[in-house]
Amino acid sequence: MTNKKPKNVFQPGAITSEFIGNSIYKHQTKTSIGAHNIFLGQVRADEIDGKTVSAIEYTAYEDMANQKFHDIRESAFAKFDLTCMHIYHSLGTVKAGEICLFVFVSSPRRKVVFDALEYIVEAIKAEVPVFGKEIFEDESHQWKVNN
Amino acid sequence: MQITIKYFGQLTEITHIEEETLEISGTYIFELLETLYRKYNTLKTKDFQVAQNQELVSKETELTGAEIALLPPFAGG
Repeated sequence: MTNKKPKNVFQPGAITSEFIGNSIYKHQTKTSIGAHNIFLGQVRADEIDGKTVSAIEYTAYEDMANQKFHDIRESAFAKFDLTCMHIYHSLGTVKAGEICLFVFVSSPRRKVVFDALEYIVEAIKAEVPVFGKEIFEDESHQWKVNN
Repeated sequence: MQITIKYFGQLTEITHIEEETLEISGTYIFELLETLYRKYNTLKTKDFQVAQNQELVSKETELTGAEIALLPPFAGG
């Protein structure tokens, strides 16, 4: 474990495909990498009691959340042979169909990245204090809960 | 002691504030919660975890004076 200060994982609004594409591009100089794996969480237009979710408004206990993201990162590096790892999560409003979570892991070999990605995404869902208000088209809302 | 308490997500619909500092006379987390339940009647019906100094704690944990946060179910990703 290192004692590096936690990075800020949060970005205002949706994570764009340009940002994601650019992140992939930046890894072309890291030629020890043989495999990337990417998870993209997308806001689903769930239909609940006849109403459709049009967006999720994300809030977080930011200091604790960034510390948890940091702990997950450290524990993934300890468990798996990863070259690098990036996590980005949205805050604020993300519309249905837009990306709210981007997890990017890279390793010399492919098997590692499949296992590492699942471990990281499951840990984020369970351990990080992020809250989601599902906004319906009629502007009523309910609170999202991970299961 | 004076303790700062933060509220998140759906809990803010009960408290109508995101943060406050209260004088708490008890020793344990559950005593702080009793104070909050008296102030916010419907808080007791809600599902939440408690963090002290950004770490999840049980109701039997001693209050240290550090920041408390009431965290409803997580919804990241």
